[in-house]
Amino acid sequence: MGLMTLDVPEASAGYSHYGVLARFETAKALYRACEAVRDAGYSKWDALTPFPVHGLEKAMGLKPSKLPFLVLATGLTGAGLGFALQSWVHILGYPLVISGKPLFTWPAFVPVTFELGVLGAALGAVLGMFAFNKLPTYHHPLFRSKNFARVTDDGLFIAIEAWDPKYDDRDTAEFLSGLGAVEVEHVPIDDPTEDGEAGGAG
Amino acid sequence: MAHGPRIVRLDQLVIRPGSGWARLPLIAGVVGVVFTVLSIVLAMGSKESTKQFFHSWLVAVVFFLCIGLGCLFFVLIHHATKAGWGVVVRRLAENLACTVPVLAVLFIPVVALGMYDLFHWTHADAVAHDRLLQVKEPWLNETGFWIRTVIYFVVWSGLALYFRNASRRQDDSGDEALSRRMARFSPVAVALFAITLTFAGFDWLMSLEPHWYSTMFGVYFFAGTVVSAFAALTVLTLAFERSGHFRGVITGEHFHDLGKLLFAFTVFWAYIAFSQFFLIWYANIPEETNWFLSRLHGTADNPAAWRPATLLLAIGHFAVPFFFLMPRTIKRNRTLLLIGAVWMLVMHLWDVFWLVMPNLHREMTFSLLDLTSLLGVGGLFLATAGWLLSRGSLVPSRDPRLVESLAFENI
Repeated sequence: MGLMTLDVPEASAGYSHYGVLARFETAKALYRACEAVRDAGYSKWDALTPFPVHGLEKAMGLKPSKLPFLVLATGLTGAGLGFALQSWVHILGYPLVISGKPLFTWPAFVPVTFELGVLGAALGAVLGMFAFNKLPTYHHPLFRSKNFARVTDDGLFIAIEAWDPKYDDRDTAEFLSGLGAVEVEHVPIDDPTEDGEAGGAG
Repeated sequence: MAHGPRIVRLDQLVIRPGSGWARLPLIAGVVGVVFTVLSIVLAMGSKESTKQFFHSWLVAVVFFLCIGLGCLFFVLIHHATKAGWGVVVRRLAENLACTVPVLAVLFIPVVALGMYDLFHWTHADAVAHDRLLQVKEPWLNETGFWIRTVIYFVVWSGLALYFRNASRRQDDSGDEALSRRMARFSPVAVALFAITLTFAGFDWLMSLEPHWYSTMFGVYFFAGTVVSAFAALTVLTLAFERSGHFRGVITGEHFHDLGKLLFAFTVFWAYIAFSQFFLIWYANIPEETNWFLSRLHGTADNPAAWRPATLLLAIGHFAVPFFFLMPRTIKRNRTLLLIGAVWMLVMHLWDVFWLVMPNLHREMTFSLLDLTSLLGVGGLFLATAGWLLSRGSLVPSRDPRLVESLAFENI
């Protein structure tokens, strides 16, 4: 589901590794595992898949995105600015009588108002999506895992972060194995003192 | 995904013997006949009320015809795009589309009798002194009008019956070739539908004011048609669900999609309605502006006249539903979606009323005949629909995409 909770690096301070990464064979197994992780009360975790798995947000217990409100706000702002700009131009800036119509001819303003409304909503949607996903992010601790490259191919993953209050090095790994994970590994955290090799998968 | 197999009880897929749906054809039929007779009796009252009757009847027939034709459009698009999500609601649309032949029977005799009262261009003495009407005579003449009207109804009825029958044959045989055949034929059907619907709008509604013309009117008529159809489909599906049908078949996901389509076509209607107004307003050519002047400005003694009706249309058919139907939570809440769908049906009725009635009254006027005609045509429409629905499964039970539709989820 790509919605990463990137609390790195602030949250990672004092932790030796990022957390536990578990790979599942099928979307069904991942779905069931997500329900179990959600019910176990974990809060700092994510599911990572190469394709959208329908209903996964419900299995993960994600709250609905706040993006629609942002899109509405930027859309209305765009429309409002478009209308205001035309009103100013035609009434105050350059008052010209066109085809015998009054200076404030609101129907003539509608196409531009509409288009700027669409533009505002589109920009709000794209930029808002980037912002809420904390993109662009150039590196992520999960890239240290060789296995994780399969997330763009056929790998379905759950990553539970070490700073989750319920997290325990051994118990969490065993918990994920018990849910049917075929591979479970601890992912080390980047050491800022290390040289460029750290971003191996990048 | 991952919900396990969904168990659907077979009695969810047909009308239950004891439910209100089983009695609907009879009750609605009686209401329809009683009010049709009452309308005719009222129409006999005076020359004025005869004229009123023809206009009221035209509004009523066109309103219900729009629902049927919009449902036909849904079926055609469904096949043309090989859509999966809506298979579970397609049979309802197939059945509503098959009300068109009955509406043809309600339309043709009444309009034939009311020709002179409805259409100014049938007045030979007026045409003799009117250069514009003479130029339009190759199109606007009674022979042409009736040939075209018959063609429209034959095409629509033929399409509606073909798609319903083929779909019902598949219920028995499970033959996937039927789906392929319908998908192959549907683009042709869409083209036929688009042409006939456009010209029907020109003939029956636009030519009420024969001096006026708008090349966009066909699209405007189409937009209203589809809005009313999605609203009607939503209401019908919700009503079925409330009466204990469709459990495990039609889910919140399908209502969400019906709501999205209702919202989309409400916006589309507004886009077309405004574009039509905007171009005429901008160009300011007398024979074009006249139609809007009679709806935006009144008479000397009553300057408001139809203006409130027009404002109600702009606010009620666009501004209010635009914000009401926008949030996801409303489309997924059955009660609120029902309110939205019923509201859009009422607004579509208002749209048709607004298209027709200024032809008769210079000021906004309501008549008892408006109500009796609506109940008369509506009763017969519902009786037909109810009878068609009771004739078989409420979903295409062996459609190859039924499983996809049952499992459908919005992302």
